[in-house]
Amino acid sequence: MTEQYKIHNEPFYQVQGNEVALYAVAYAARLPVMVKGPTGCGKSRFIEYMAWKLGRPLITVACNEDMTASDLVGRYLLDANGTRWLDGPLTTAARIGAICYLDEIVEARQDTTVVIHPLTDHRRTLPLDKKGELLAAHPDFQLVISYNPGYQNLMKDLKQSTKQRFTAFEFDYPDAVLETGIVATETGMDAEISAKLVKVGAAARNLKGHGLDEGISTRLLVYAATLIKGGVEPRDACRMALVRPITDDADIRDTLDHAIDAVFA
Amino acid sequence: MAEAKTMQHPQIQSYWKELNCGFEQVAEVFEECMAEALASLSKEGVQAYVENARFLGKMGHGVEPILIFLEEWPAAAEAVGEPALPAIMDCIRRMWKSPNGKAIAPFLQSLAAAARRLRSPEQMRDYLDVVLDFMDRTTSSIHGFHTTIPSPGLPEFFRQVPYLLSQLAVQGLKNWTEYGIRNYHDHPDRQRDYFSLQSADSRAVLQRERHGTLLVDNERKLDLYLRGLWRESDHFVPYSLGFDELRKPVPYFDKLGIRLPDVYDDIAVAASGSGSGARLAPLPQGEGSGEGGRFPEGEIVISGLDRYRAVLAHIVGHKRWTEAVFADNLSPFQRMAVELLEDSRVEHLAMRQYPGLRRVFQALHPAPAEDACDPAAESAIRHRLAMLSRAILDPHHPYANLDIIEFAKRFHALMEQGDSSTREMVDLAVAFGARTRRQSDQLAKIHFKDTVVDYRDDNRQMWKFIEEGDEEEAFDQKRKIELAEELRGLPPRRYPEWDYTSQTYRPDWVSVYEALHPTGDAADIDRLLARNAALAKRLKRLLDLLKPQDKVRIRYQEEGSELDLDVALRSLIDFKGGATPDPRINMSHKTNGRDIAVMLLLDLSESLNQKVAGSAQTVLELSQEAVSLLAWAVDKLGDPFAIGGFHSNTRHDVRYLHIKGYSEQWDDQVKARLAAMEAAYSTRMGAAMRHAAHYLEKRQADKKLMLILTDGEPADVDAKDGRLLIEDAQRAVRELDGKGIYTFCINLDPKADEYVGDIFGKQYAVIDNIQRLPEQLTQLFLTLTK
Repeated sequence: MTEQYKIHNEPFYQVQGNEVALYAVAYAARLPVMVKGPTGCGKSRFIEYMAWKLGRPLITVACNEDMTASDLVGRYLLDANGTRWLDGPLTTAARIGAICYLDEIVEARQDTTVVIHPLTDHRRTLPLDKKGELLAAHPDFQLVISYNPGYQNLMKDLKQSTKQRFTAFEFDYPDAVLETGIVATETGMDAEISAKLVKVGAAARNLKGHGLDEGISTRLLVYAATLIKGGVEPRDACRMALVRPITDDADIRDTLDHAIDAVFA
Repeated sequence: MAEAKTMQHPQIQSYWKELNCGFEQVAEVFEECMAEALASLSKEGVQAYVENARFLGKMGHGVEPILIFLEEWPAAAEAVGEPALPAIMDCIRRMWKSPNGKAIAPFLQSLAAAARRLRSPEQMRDYLDVVLDFMDRTTSSIHGFHTTIPSPGLPEFFRQVPYLLSQLAVQGLKNWTEYGIRNYHDHPDRQRDYFSLQSADSRAVLQRERHGTLLVDNERKLDLYLRGLWRESDHFVPYSLGFDELRKPVPYFDKLGIRLPDVYDDIAVAASGSGSGARLAPLPQGEGSGEGGRFPEGEIVISGLDRYRAVLAHIVGHKRWTEAVFADNLSPFQRMAVELLEDSRVEHLAMRQYPGLRRVFQALHPAPAEDACDPAAESAIRHRLAMLSRAILDPHHPYANLDIIEFAKRFHALMEQGDSSTREMVDLAVAFGARTRRQSDQLAKIHFKDTVVDYRDDNRQMWKFIEEGDEEEAFDQKRKIELAEELRGLPPRRYPEWDYTSQTYRPDWVSVYEALHPTGDAADIDRLLARNAALAKRLKRLLDLLKPQDKVRIRYQEEGSELDLDVALRSLIDFKGGATPDPRINMSHKTNGRDIAVMLLLDLSESLNQKVAGSAQTVLELSQEAVSLLAWAVDKLGDPFAIGGFHSNTRHDVRYLHIKGYSEQWDDQVKARLAAMEAAYSTRMGAAMRHAAHYLEKRQADKKLMLILTDGEPADVDAKDGRLLIEDAQRAVRELDGKGIYTFCINLDPKADEYVGDIFGKQYAVIDNIQRLPEQLTQLFLTLTK
């Protein structure tokens, strides 16, 4: 059970500051952690890397609007002999002592987020009211949530009572040199083209709030590099991986296309 | 008869006889003109040339027509071809037969310039059609006389034609004249103003019809460009290239923003690399400029947008890397050299960031031929500097001059060490000046060809001065700060108006002034409401029925308030069949609020003061009552709601009176404004609707409803064509529709069926029995929004 959630190969993660040491200390005290930051900046990769480094299994749950509390905690299923209880991912993690990573927590309905409350304070318990069980969390269990404040939506924000149960890391896109390194290492692309991709990315990030909700993420830069690696002409790759996905606005598209031409001369 | 003896050549002499002309001025130039004609025209062409000249000479309009024709035609024929002549002469004959004889000379005068722009006989024919149409429609007659009044605008028009054709394609010219004719055919003075490009709308329409990339259309793109690529933002202030013929303004920037030309044409440049640098005419004249494939192979096309971007990149370069230096110790020539090298430096640094800029810069930068300028005869200073600049920019430059090569090298050597600085450029420039100086630099005649780099700014910000100026009288020039006239109310907002005859918008045609409605006594409205208490009670019941109808069922819930039988049965079947059943078998309810924003627009024109047939009340009083009741009802329902009134007194004065805004409550202040409602002036509906829409548009609501309460068709004192404002209002309805605003008209005019359908389609109601308006208006609203 534990084994399937283990991470066996070291994921590539480019350290940006002291976040690894900070996380290690937070984990040692089993403090719940929240990672914030724009999409595709490496939040999930960081958690994966830390799980590997600490040797803990990692259970990831991608939250969505239709998710209910029982999707997290577990439910009774019917089978031929009657009913059978099936643990949800959160319960499983609390039983086996895994790191439970709730990705994009704001997407989940507000009532769902409340079930994590008893796990995230001194109690460290999970009441399974349908089953009539009070599950005490495994000593190695830790809860991590990710949260993209870029969505700034009145309807989609965390409750204060939820927010105040976590320690938090703020992530952002790495600076140009680091990001070039990331793109190069991830894809094996040469440094020159990687640097150019990063420059295009920077142009788009400057436009955030002027018609773009989010800039070009590191993830998209990696996609672009992968396409180039696959033999696509750099400009086409950039248009396909960097511009077309993020905007339908003709003016912004023109500007970014021009930026690509200006960078890949 | 003038002396024929001056004619040397026997052939020319025979032509002179044929011409049979008695004007002395003609005799003076005839020989030269004929020499040119014989050289450039065919034999038949020369024959036609002389025949037509003869006709012009005998026409009875003095010497000018024949003189101009003799001088201009050979050049014009070269551009449009000889076969165009009969059509031109036809045109002249028609002018001659009409009272417009005076326009013949200006017409001929503009002919060569027009021909050069038009280039093909087909285009020439189109142009002549425009001219003839213009003439026919502006030549007026007074009843009882026969076409006696010549067209006032025609001579002015011909004077402007060379400029107009440099800015417009023939279709654009047609639209521009069309506009002038339509609006000013009955007003000679304004017509003259329009066609001599004096009036504001003449320029505005010209601007609209121009070819090229307009700054206004691309401001957002350029703003995004600045932000995205350069992390800068600034205002763009356009200036027009159209009206300063002598000295073209140059881009520049200062505290108030970046000044850019209002339009850039696409430009075609011979592919560089060959270094020949032959720049081609930057004039994609004709229909639809800028389409790829129209330019021959081997040319790079730089779009107008890219030219703007080049200017911005250059200016940002200055902002970022230029430090102002003292100008006092440098001579004007030295300054020129410093500016040039600094320009090159910032471009070099910009290209380091975005190598793709090189393509654009290199294409736009002139490449003066090395031997183009004779330093003995003219000042070569600009030529030399332009060559240096080109040599720095273009690594494959063709120049052999050792100084140029050496200094380009020295420049690059400096740049290799880092960003360099403005100071270092000063030193380099002074050294270059000292090395290459010539006595002839002082000559008044300066070689200008191919030395203007049009994407560079005027560098005014790179200089600082120790002394502001050496004029002694500078002391007492205290600037007076003039107090601006205090604004009364809001400044006007301008809206376009639809002109159905030409199917175009008249730009910025209507001025809308918005003001608060004056206030009266709020108690009046309360009294009105009290009088309608019975009606209000009935409405209240309706409202209550309307209110709770907003439950929405949410299905597929694992936990909910009720069992959803359909899904539960399906799950049970699955379960019995041995498959995993879906546990989401419940449903619940959610209340879904009404989300309608309403704008009520009241027509407050004079006609409202009429008494309603069979009643002592005026339409205005009834409207007041109806609006009060509606406002009360909507307030009860809780929908966001605004009220505005409008009337107009010509297009220059459309008044929009604010009665209730969305954020205001239905309180005494609003009631007081309603109580003071008065009716006056006319109904310019389209503009009022556009203005009201700009408020409604900004509301966050699922449905947006604009109710227009009016008692007649749109009309105004300055709109003679009754159709015009009706069509405009219809256009406004379509615009609003595009913005997601549903318009609905409540019309009190019993004859409204004639026009209201044209404007509002099916979205209207005519209320015949006006006395029942208060009741009907509210009920209409309720059925509309149910």
